[in-house]
Amino acid sequence: MTRYITMRVLSTIPVMVLVALFVFLMLRLAPGDPASVIAGDYATAEDVARIREQLGLSDPIVVQFLRWVGALIQGDLGTSIFSGKPVTELIGQRIEPTILLALTTIIFAVVVAVPLGTIAAFRAGSLLDRVVMLFSVSGFSVPVFVLGYILIYTFSMSLKILPVQGYKSPLVEGFGPFLYHITLPTVTLSVIFIALIARMTRASVIEVLEEDYIRTARAKGQSELTILMRHALRNAAVPVVTVIGIGIALLIGGVVVTESVFNIPGLGRLVLDAVLARDYPIIQGLILFFSFIYIFINLMIDLSYTLLDPRIRY
Amino acid sequence: MAVLEVTGLTVELPPSADRPYAVEDITLHVNAGEILCIVGESGSGKSVTAFSVMGLADKRALTPVAGTITLEGEDLLTASDQRLRKLRGEKMAMIFQEPMTALNPVLRVGDQIGEMLEIHTDLSASARKAKVIEAMRDVSLPDPEKMYRSYPHQLSGGQRQRIMIAMALTLEPQLLIADEPTTALDVTTQAQILKLIKDIQRRKGMGVMFITHDFGVVAEIADRVAVMKHGRIVEQGTVAEVLGAPKDPYTQKLIAAVPSMTPPERPEAQGSVALQTQALVKTYGQQGLFGSGRVVRAAQEVDLTVRRGETLGIVGESGSGKSTVARCVMRLIDPTSGAILIDGENIASLREGQLRPHRRDIQIVFQDPYRSLNPRRTVGQSIIEGPVNFGLAVPEAKARAAELMKVVGLSSDALERFPHQFSGGQRQRICIARALAMEPAILIADEAVSALDVSVQAQVLDLLDDVRERFDLAMLFITHDLRVAAQICDRIMVMNKGEVVETGHTAQVYADPQHAYTRALLAAAPGTGPGT
Repeated sequence: MTRYITMRVLSTIPVMVLVALFVFLMLRLAPGDPASVIAGDYATAEDVARIREQLGLSDPIVVQFLRWVGALIQGDLGTSIFSGKPVTELIGQRIEPTILLALTTIIFAVVVAVPLGTIAAFRAGSLLDRVVMLFSVSGFSVPVFVLGYILIYTFSMSLKILPVQGYKSPLVEGFGPFLYHITLPTVTLSVIFIALIARMTRASVIEVLEEDYIRTARAKGQSELTILMRHALRNAAVPVVTVIGIGIALLIGGVVVTESVFNIPGLGRLVLDAVLARDYPIIQGLILFFSFIYIFINLMIDLSYTLLDPRIRY
Repeated sequence: MAVLEVTGLTVELPPSADRPYAVEDITLHVNAGEILCIVGESGSGKSVTAFSVMGLADKRALTPVAGTITLEGEDLLTASDQRLRKLRGEKMAMIFQEPMTALNPVLRVGDQIGEMLEIHTDLSASARKAKVIEAMRDVSLPDPEKMYRSYPHQLSGGQRQRIMIAMALTLEPQLLIADEPTTALDVTTQAQILKLIKDIQRRKGMGVMFITHDFGVVAEIADRVAVMKHGRIVEQGTVAEVLGAPKDPYTQKLIAAVPSMTPPERPEAQGSVALQTQALVKTYGQQGLFGSGRVVRAAQEVDLTVRRGETLGIVGESGSGKSTVARCVMRLIDPTSGAILIDGENIASLREGQLRPHRRDIQIVFQDPYRSLNPRRTVGQSIIEGPVNFGLAVPEAKARAAELMKVVGLSSDALERFPHQFSGGQRQRICIARALAMEPAILIADEAVSALDVSVQAQVLDLLDDVRERFDLAMLFITHDLRVAAQICDRIMVMNKGEVVETGHTAQVYADPQHAYTRALLAAAPGTGPGT
């Protein structure tokens, strides 16, 4: 087990190197030049060249890459071309809303989707099942930004029970205001995950309910509810947990859009602004950071299998 | 006194089924302290009868339309779901065929037995645990305190079935229903489990309804027997009446189809040596860097010789290495060391490209005809695929396939149909035709008749023997079933834990087994005990 974890952690290093190389090259291949953006519309060619020189953008790509990797190893993600602030500091400032939005979303999605999928499986073929599946299909089909505006229109503008936008930190303004502001973004973002997780839960539980040990539990005189809770759910958990892991990866894309719709000052906004300005160090730093989180979550998911199923041992 | 009485039970099938009723007009009873065996082939309705008693039959698909089921005078068909749940476990309990899948893989076995007490009693957790350990000791499980915390996959097949029995008997029910409880087990384990069920049943005076397809098991365990066919009971009586003087022609046919343990006279094979292995070894896993690796010796130093026109049986229990040997010979897995000679050429370490021309010389028929044919291809497509791969033109391959259909006793229009349109026995015939289409010199039958009903089994065995003679094949017949081996093998090789313990002419090995393991195996075969 320890050996397995060590191997997994070590194996993230080549992955991170590949991600770094890929990000670096893709950004340089994309059209657009940060120097001309900084210089502004009325700059001469000399001005642009001077700024390029200052930023080190006229060095050969290999030199730029090695300089960046060298700094990375020391934990330095570079400094923003525009604000001049270290990227780590910028990420630090914006990380809280994003992490909390991701957490509330995934918790809300799991709490809603797993029971929904289980009930649908238990009553497979019934009206209830069809309603859940209909919701699931629609959940996949509606884009986050459309759903966001529909919810804002309904709950904020018509019913006036929730704020239109903004973010309140639970650490500064307290938990109540935080929840008040985070509810709509959470619901908006979680709909697609509820759809995904509910579908997977339903399929997995239906399969498990056909197993012989479910029949054994019935033969013992166990009640249907306990059969579901004790015998079916845990056996159905591995595929569901896998999907939750994939969901967290997809969440990162959703967060960018949701933060824009609800004007939340998180990492998503930081990415958006950096992309529009061609602020290479920020984009590189953020993508690396997201990759690291993704790899870490996958490791956690793989380790959770051993808790769910005693037959799985590493 | 009757514990269970079933009178005129008729259970309807959904309209899409091939017959209107799953079971029709079933009347039987189980007395306290007796074992009633229900015997029948697949589809005879024996499991439906058992599940109807337990109230576990799927009510949407199987509706009882007539008759009554009473347990100690209480009507089960009209009982509420809640009442049925209470009766299950307390008054009637059930054990199943496959103890691996019947236990929940993610819960500890002790807790699974304890669940029975949790549902039906108010005992405290510690009192439950004490009772569970007592129940485990009752079924002779070693070191119950420690095993309490085991998961099902950590136990052997026999131990798992003991856990199931301990679970079923914790609350001392009056009726135990056993649905093929030993079918998935090895013969020696089967003998132990049968003895255990019989001992406990005598000790507690329980009534047992024991479902089986195996007349050997019936002879071993039954007081009375009911024979079922197509949803009806065709004959019922004491074990002496039914086995000794069967009245119904179907019973007579079934009993006649049970292969005898006495091998018939067979002429010595004189053909040339087609297949030989020398010191064949297969080990799994490898020594870890620090000596912590686990090595499984699946086959050790196996020497065998098969002549053309001869059948060599490899007999053994699960884990004996018999299938490993077959798969090595086929080069479906790579042997660790040793030689495999086909017509004198060693193929043990040929690379895939060099091996390919030899592939057609060895063909195999697998155990499960339901899974060894691609469900989305017609029978014809499956059969001609191999010859066409080896360069035969499609029309000629089709002509050969049509001819082979006649050889295996099917009509040639079968080629246009899909596997699901055939019965198990027919599918196994198709698999044999598929193997023969390659014109092999060697045919491997890996438990080829084990999944079939007895009456079908005898026909497929005859077919295999027939094609061996007609095409002068060298046949390697892998089986766990000593009765089957006695009927078809010229010589047999007994394997245990990867080692060959005994080889010889079939008649000689059965009459005078030299190795202790062979003797144990022959003694454990059901229906050979005293009084049968």
